[in-house]
Amino acid sequence: MEAARMITEREDSIAKKGRQKAQIKCDTDSVAGCVSQRACVYCGARVVLNPITDAIHLVHGPIGCASYTWDIRGSLSSDAELYRNSFSTDLKEQDVIFGGEKKLAKAIDELVVKYPAKLMFVYSTCIVGVIGDDLEAVCKAAAKRHGIEVIPVQSSGFIGNKSAGYRAACDALLRLIEPEEPKQIKQNNSINYLGDFNLAGEAWIIRNYLHEMGVDVNAVFTGDSSYAELKTAPTASLNIIQCAGSMAYLAERMERLYDIPYLRVSFLGLEDTVSSLRQIALALGDADMIARTEALIARETALVEPILATYREKFQGKKAAVYVGGGFKAISLIKQFREIGIEVVMIGTQTGRREEYDTINELVDEGTVILDDANPAELERFMLEQGANILVGGVKERPLAYKLGVCFIDHNHDRKHPLSGFVGAVNFAKEVYSTVCSPVWNFVR
Amino acid sequence: MGLESTNYRNVNENPCSMCMPMGAILPFKGIEQAMVVLHGSQGCSTYMRRHIAEHFNEPVDVGSSSLNEKGTVYGGEKNLKQALDNIIKVYHPKMIGVLTTCLAETIGEDVRRITADYAAERGIADLPIVSVPTPGYGGNHPEGYFLALRNIVEALAEKTEPHGKVNLIIPNISPADIRELKRILQLMEIESILLPDISDTLDRPYEKPYTKIAKGGTKIADIKAMGGAVATIQMGMTVADESSPGKYLADAYGVPLYHLPIPIGIESTDLFIQTLSEITGKPCPECLTAERGRLLDTMIDSHKYNFQGRSVIFGEPELVYAVAKTCCENGIFPVVIATGSKNDKIKQLLKPLLERSPEKVEVLDEADFNQIRACSRKSGANIAIGHSDGRYLTEQEGIPLVRLGFPIHDRVGGQRLLSVGYTGTAMFLDRLTNTLLENKYQTYRNVMKKKYFRGSHKRIAGER
Repeated sequence: MEAARMITEREDSIAKKGRQKAQIKCDTDSVAGCVSQRACVYCGARVVLNPITDAIHLVHGPIGCASYTWDIRGSLSSDAELYRNSFSTDLKEQDVIFGGEKKLAKAIDELVVKYPAKLMFVYSTCIVGVIGDDLEAVCKAAAKRHGIEVIPVQSSGFIGNKSAGYRAACDALLRLIEPEEPKQIKQNNSINYLGDFNLAGEAWIIRNYLHEMGVDVNAVFTGDSSYAELKTAPTASLNIIQCAGSMAYLAERMERLYDIPYLRVSFLGLEDTVSSLRQIALALGDADMIARTEALIARETALVEPILATYREKFQGKKAAVYVGGGFKAISLIKQFREIGIEVVMIGTQTGRREEYDTINELVDEGTVILDDANPAELERFMLEQGANILVGGVKERPLAYKLGVCFIDHNHDRKHPLSGFVGAVNFAKEVYSTVCSPVWNFVR
Repeated sequence: MGLESTNYRNVNENPCSMCMPMGAILPFKGIEQAMVVLHGSQGCSTYMRRHIAEHFNEPVDVGSSSLNEKGTVYGGEKNLKQALDNIIKVYHPKMIGVLTTCLAETIGEDVRRITADYAAERGIADLPIVSVPTPGYGGNHPEGYFLALRNIVEALAEKTEPHGKVNLIIPNISPADIRELKRILQLMEIESILLPDISDTLDRPYEKPYTKIAKGGTKIADIKAMGGAVATIQMGMTVADESSPGKYLADAYGVPLYHLPIPIGIESTDLFIQTLSEITGKPCPECLTAERGRLLDTMIDSHKYNFQGRSVIFGEPELVYAVAKTCCENGIFPVVIATGSKNDKIKQLLKPLLERSPEKVEVLDEADFNQIRACSRKSGANIAIGHSDGRYLTEQEGIPLVRLGFPIHDRVGGQRLLSVGYTGTAMFLDRLTNTLLENKYQTYRNVMKKKYFRGSHKRIAGER
């Protein structure tokens, strides 16, 4: 692609790793007309909260917002299925003119009767932010009326980007877990696991590892979680946090409010899984636990390593491009590709933060293009210029990759197979194999 | 006999529709070298791109003015102009659609004025910018679709010397369907202007090099010439006059308007061919007559299987009407007919059709999937026809779903589904019949055993 078609305002958001440390612009508003791949505040909030299985998720807004987020994510539940419904106040012109508060109150009343639940989230959308419905007051009154928790989520689309939505979700979660009498919290010897949404059972896989190590998992934020489980969150003695983009804020707040320290982990790829499990055992500090952890790591690594080695041979000389939502995933993917012998030549995120880009810059090889909040034109240009054979991305990026004759890995929230832990490391390699070594490419190259 | 109900309620439980701007994006994707910008917050365009990309398996680029808090308070003019600058720089479009959203409409953006100013400031009078007011609360995606078409035609059509071409206003059908319509027109040697035409743009062949805007689509020159056409055929029986492009062409340029259903089913296809013949004087070619015969043969071959079907049909009003008609023709009598849109016309249209049906039918507009599900269960429906969101009817009620319409995001090939014309109808019917058969073969052994086996047959000594 021609450089002449590049958008000037975007120049500072793109860098090439070189001798000079690349400092790219990030965590800012998208440039108008650049065709950003980012979603909105509401999207960020909904992604984080929706996996809470026994909550009613009510969208206060026009129909579209509820429609586009109805059960499109692959978060699994071991029990309640209520979260798989998308409820909307379906605001119409009249409601916009006269205000939507009455309709919202009635909607809450109807839902509470029809679907007994202890918890309801009410999401604000663009329109609610503009017409000035007092979500807080309506929710408070409804909570009193029905004796359940009705928590407003301040997620009007225009107040920022997806990250602002994560923050809105974390604020809602903080309200949810706040104990009535904070001083009575007694720490037990368990951990909370933050930033796993149980896509294709990933949180279950990690829970199993932790169980084997002798770690007691208190609450998962928010994959396969329930009202009762989340309520106990302040009693844990450690938070481990995977998806930092969405959950760092919650972890920081919980440290301040409840003295729970936190540890950053990642279960994507063999290397990160191993080091995360070790760190957890070390942090909890029990000699037996450390021994059990080492045994688990030894056993699983012995199973996984030879499989990865076989794949590594098949992938020689392949180059990868990565464009994902958050920084933690991007960082892990660099290491994960390295494990299977693939070099990352282009990498970017929608909402990565400064420190994450610093880490990315340290990890990648010289010449790698790093970009924040990229658009299709830039993805196209740099995939081709950098000679990428494979792209990791979400639904919108997939057809672009295919049209360019580039292989593709679905690393999004609607995936149907786990990419976490030891089993995930193998699944990832398998998925790379299924796209890189497919015979169809013989006919188009 | 149709049973009608009003559906205003305080809460929509699992939507059966999407919002207005989503529908309005699609026609612009079927115009040659056109781009679209949504004036609103960033998320709207991303959600819609995701949905459209997943259905068509095609890259779908849609700009956004990415309004933030400041733009919301002080007006988004600067953002919109910057968006247009950047879209022009990267995509070099020959036309731009500007769609509003909830946000832009509520803060009172005068998009028509802003885009006119923009065109004057940049001196780009030859680049048409067509704006469409599509607040998310103003209607659903089918309304947005036709309103966009109406605005496109209003903005572009000019007084033109009469020519022999026939205008065809195409509803939201698949690229494969549009290709089939073109084939029929070609067989009949009829020159036409199809608006929109996503047959190439949203189902592009794999080829190199990649272009940012797909080749194909209705030519802008052709849209300009629509006022000189011999007639307009609008597959929009359920479309309100104020969003009807055909009505505009009739009122402004005197182009005779024929409202036809989507040509699915034998009657609707006959009507389509007859109307084309009537307008142009061209006869139905022999090969089409043979295709018709083959469709009749298909209908007869399958009629007993089809008669077992009791259908629930949901989706966009226009498609729902065409499918309901086809189902009635084949004895797959509808028991639930539902659309997420508010639409008075569809009830009127369905009335004579359903009066002849032996089944009691629930007709729902402004429906959500919870209502559809409840009605389907009550009425004993055994086949569902509609887009992917109906998969819940399968998961929760065991009613198999024949995917048709938009969006299809849990299966591949939505863009390749062929259902119009005699041949397309036969293919569609086969999909219905085979779904009924598959369901029957899967269940009949157990069903019969449960129903009739009482252990009362003679036992042979020694056997347990």
